[in-house]
Amino acid sequence: MLQDSDRIFKNIYGPDGADLASAKKRGDWDNTKGLLAKGRDWVIEEVKASGLRGRGGAGFPTGLKWSFMPKENDGRPHYLVVNADESEPGTCKDRDIMRHEPHKLLEGCLLAGFAMGAHACYIYVRGEFIREREALQRAVDEAYDAGLLGKNACGSDWDYDIYVHHGAGAYICGEETALIESLEGKKGQPRLKPPFPANVGLYGCPTTVNNVESIAVAPTICRRGASWFSGLGREGNTGTKLFCISGHVNKPCNVEEEMGIPLKELLEKHAGGVRGGWDNLLAVIPGGSSVPMLPKEICDTVLMDFDSLKEVQSGLGTAAVIVMDKSTDLVKAIARISHFYKHESCGQCTPCREGTGWMWRVMERIAKGQAKPQEIDTLLQVTKQIEGHTICALGDAAAWPIQGLFRHFRPEIEARLNGHASQEAAE
Amino acid sequence: MSDLVKVNVDGVEVEVAPGTTILQACEEAGAEIPRFCYHERLSIAGNCRMCLVNVKNGPKPVASCAMPVAPDMEVDTKSEAVQAAREGVMEFLLINHPLDCPICDQGGECDLQDQAFGYGVDESRFQDNKRAVENKNMGPLVKTIMTRCIQCTRCVRFATEVAGVPEIGAIGRGEDMEITTYLEASLSSELSGNVIDLCPVGALTSKPYAFTARPWELKKTETIDVMDAVGSNIRVDTRGREVMRILPRNHDDVNEEWLSDKSRFVWDGLNTQRIDSPYIRKEGKLEAVSWSEAFEVIAQKLKGQESNTAAISGDLACAEGMMALKDLMSQLGSPHLECRQDGAQLPSNGNRANYLFNTGIANIDDADALLIIGSNPRREAPVLNARIRKRWVAGNFPIGIIGQDEDLTYPATHLGNGAETLAELASGKGSFFSILKKAKRPMLIIGQSALAREDGLAVLEAAIELATQSKMVSDDWNGFNVLHSAAARVAGLDIGFTPQEGGHDLEGILAGATSGDVKTVFLLGADELDMSRLGDSYVVYVGTHGDAGAHRADVILPGATYTEKQAIYVNTEGRAQMTEQAAFPPGEAREDWKIFRALSEVLGEKLPYDNVETLRARMFETAPFLAGLDELTDAGMPDVSSLTIKVPLSDAPFMNNAQDFYFTNPIARASKIMAECSIQAQARNISEGTGTDG
Repeated sequence: MLQDSDRIFKNIYGPDGADLASAKKRGDWDNTKGLLAKGRDWVIEEVKASGLRGRGGAGFPTGLKWSFMPKENDGRPHYLVVNADESEPGTCKDRDIMRHEPHKLLEGCLLAGFAMGAHACYIYVRGEFIREREALQRAVDEAYDAGLLGKNACGSDWDYDIYVHHGAGAYICGEETALIESLEGKKGQPRLKPPFPANVGLYGCPTTVNNVESIAVAPTICRRGASWFSGLGREGNTGTKLFCISGHVNKPCNVEEEMGIPLKELLEKHAGGVRGGWDNLLAVIPGGSSVPMLPKEICDTVLMDFDSLKEVQSGLGTAAVIVMDKSTDLVKAIARISHFYKHESCGQCTPCREGTGWMWRVMERIAKGQAKPQEIDTLLQVTKQIEGHTICALGDAAAWPIQGLFRHFRPEIEARLNGHASQEAAE
Repeated sequence: MSDLVKVNVDGVEVEVAPGTTILQACEEAGAEIPRFCYHERLSIAGNCRMCLVNVKNGPKPVASCAMPVAPDMEVDTKSEAVQAAREGVMEFLLINHPLDCPICDQGGECDLQDQAFGYGVDESRFQDNKRAVENKNMGPLVKTIMTRCIQCTRCVRFATEVAGVPEIGAIGRGEDMEITTYLEASLSSELSGNVIDLCPVGALTSKPYAFTARPWELKKTETIDVMDAVGSNIRVDTRGREVMRILPRNHDDVNEEWLSDKSRFVWDGLNTQRIDSPYIRKEGKLEAVSWSEAFEVIAQKLKGQESNTAAISGDLACAEGMMALKDLMSQLGSPHLECRQDGAQLPSNGNRANYLFNTGIANIDDADALLIIGSNPRREAPVLNARIRKRWVAGNFPIGIIGQDEDLTYPATHLGNGAETLAELASGKGSFFSILKKAKRPMLIIGQSALAREDGLAVLEAAIELATQSKMVSDDWNGFNVLHSAAARVAGLDIGFTPQEGGHDLEGILAGATSGDVKTVFLLGADELDMSRLGDSYVVYVGTHGDAGAHRADVILPGATYTEKQAIYVNTEGRAQMTEQAAFPPGEAREDWKIFRALSEVLGEKLPYDNVETLRARMFETAPFLAGLDELTDAGMPDVSSLTIKVPLSDAPFMNNAQDFYFTNPIARASKIMAECSIQAQARNISEGTGTDG
């Protein structure tokens, strides 16, 4: 279990104030000038060495991502964009960072922006996050007043501006290129890659898009050193992580824990255990609605990090752990998730536009017992026709939960459909 | 080039330029890639996902239309996995497509239909209800059946990128995404009909053509458009003698594959208001007569007054007709010829470079600064305007305007209203002069509004002066351009259908007709004159439609339109192109040159040609550049030495021809479709005027 001293987000529940003075007491903005004085390469190397992997879901090494930004400025400005469009069902970590630890995020923005040669940063806040945006804006104003941002930020000779941009509440705008389109004032639809944002991003300029948590942990990494961070967790899956535990647990919560903590330990230590005891567990979605679910047998032993979950054909995603006990109708639950992806598909490319609706309708019929057992094969083929064939990952995200469901619970569902069929025949 | 990239497509090795897309490389290698959203003249959307291919060592299939090639890439377009991916996409496209091909106008020329043969499966696995989408109002030209739409966004990209009117877009998300014009109105573009061609399915079809014919029952004739002076390449589809529709043909150097709405939809005008028999005015009323009777009447009238005869040719006249009329006039001994019915002061002799679009339409792509003088290319030549816009979109293309400041679909700096601004620039003053001077390949476009005025020649002189001063003209670049609006004009000037030794120009002819000195006037399809100024002269109208000229005429001789004859037209660049006969002229109507040939015999001045070949041979002697069809001959440099300036520059502003875009010629004025478009356009202008101008 993570020591309190190794916690990065000491005020994630908000008992201390989110204001600048309180944040400074927790160590934020402490000698930021000194960190900047070590140069942009040092910052990038430190983050690289820490092994930090992106906290938005894909788990791409953050330091490596920063290093993709052009070293020399070709006349175009560089931009850092922070993805605070936290919309993945089950995920609520960035929200608490913005509420209670906004200065960690802002200091991270300065360090990260400086490391990639950016003078401007846009924080794209999810449309539904009204209070969070206000809290963040308050913190930005405080930081400007204190000279931590703006011209000669922190006395570092580096000019740095942060703009808080409020989205309109679209899941797809959490996809980095759709987010960029939306920032530019266009309809939020993912762009084709290549070109990648590091070459052609916001307004056609080199841009890096990072998750709130990835940015917010950067100052602590720089301050305490890469080796401290990489000493936590295991190789390739280092550091601490905010887990969002929801569903059928006794005490749903956000908690910062070491990467690689066993799922069972995570739930029992921090969330008060599964409702009705561990044996009442049916399945867990370990990383937000888009990753495939795991049945109890796997949950017994699985470790919560990128590679362990990948090994069991799921993923860490945003580390939003959704717990479902035996009272859950899994088909209904996944049908609801399918509806979400159908609703949030941007409609740009064919497989996702047409396929998400198709999958949802079949899922609904299966949930009601109105489908034939053979339709499961068709449905799984449809998920395969979507997966990997779309512009962005929303198609994959819509396909995986269904694949996960049938991977582990197909016999039960078939039995259910057959039961319905024989019942109907009897009537 | 040595920096070519080697790519292997299904085992076939090709070398392509770096930056080429996989799709293009595949085509190079002979592998056909299905696609819906990709269109080579539009930006890449990559959204239909039909063009998926596998790249060796790639994690998942890639959209070949959007992915650039990498050295030694190995592309697979034929494997089962690729076929499966495409079948998957096709299945998705079809689940919500109504499959109403039997009642769809796109049937037979539908991309979805064609590709479903290759990638469709015979049975649908989709068991739920299909989506229905409400149709949108897109005006009188474009019919929408939006349930058929596959959201490829070609129309959206065309409107935004090529037409420059971002009035089509997608609203809604996911399966509720719909293509719409937002305001349920027709596009405020003169190019809106092109979305019909671009639409790969039957969502956007031609409203006037709806349910009238099937593509396989139409005879297709490749010919040339005459609605403006661009000379767009078109295909005329006919059934029997009726023109059913007009479509663009690709010509990279002229119209690419676009066509203006007037050129595309004017066809109903070919069938209405047609003159199908010779007429004579008897006691104020027109009476149908035989050809010989009409010729007799003309012969009597002309007797003894041959040299007091004048001829004015109109905007749609073909070179052959003008040549025959010119020869007839010269045999009659009359020098009074005029092909500039709008009074444009274009030089009538010598240097072709003084009246051509010397840069060439395609070379607009290479220009790096533009000055527009007294012209609205958007109305006068919409397709050419799209070319200018294309150049502007590419960036670094400053555009200045002298004359009326109108919306041309690209921003331009308004420098001044009239000749004084031009004179100032020509004397090397003003910031735009330095822009032109600094540019490597600057160009200017001078329109008819600047020339069709008393001081037109002086304006032309100033423009040539400016071109010389700002180094627009050099050995390898000619940036001096006259933009014509009449399809007949350049040929008319080329063959010299202009006042001969001692002849009157337009003003002289009209003054002579008013005063009675000019006894007889031949109008070859000339309808845009002030007919009241023809006085008591005897008017012989040779033309196709019952328009202004026919109303004034004493004798009417029925001619053939551009779809009914094989004839040469020369576009504004000086490019001679030949129309082909797609249909027969109605009733007694004949080709113009045959009319003059027959008339000449009755007049006892028989023209020395019995077939069109001999006539053309004679024409090529006069104007050798007309012989090389679809060729551009370097016209040399514009020069002022041949200009005889009588009226000095006035300070009146250049006023663009206010004529309605949809009504510029007799065919268009006879078209109901054009009338509807005109009403729409006027309504749009009125609402814009009250809405934003306060």
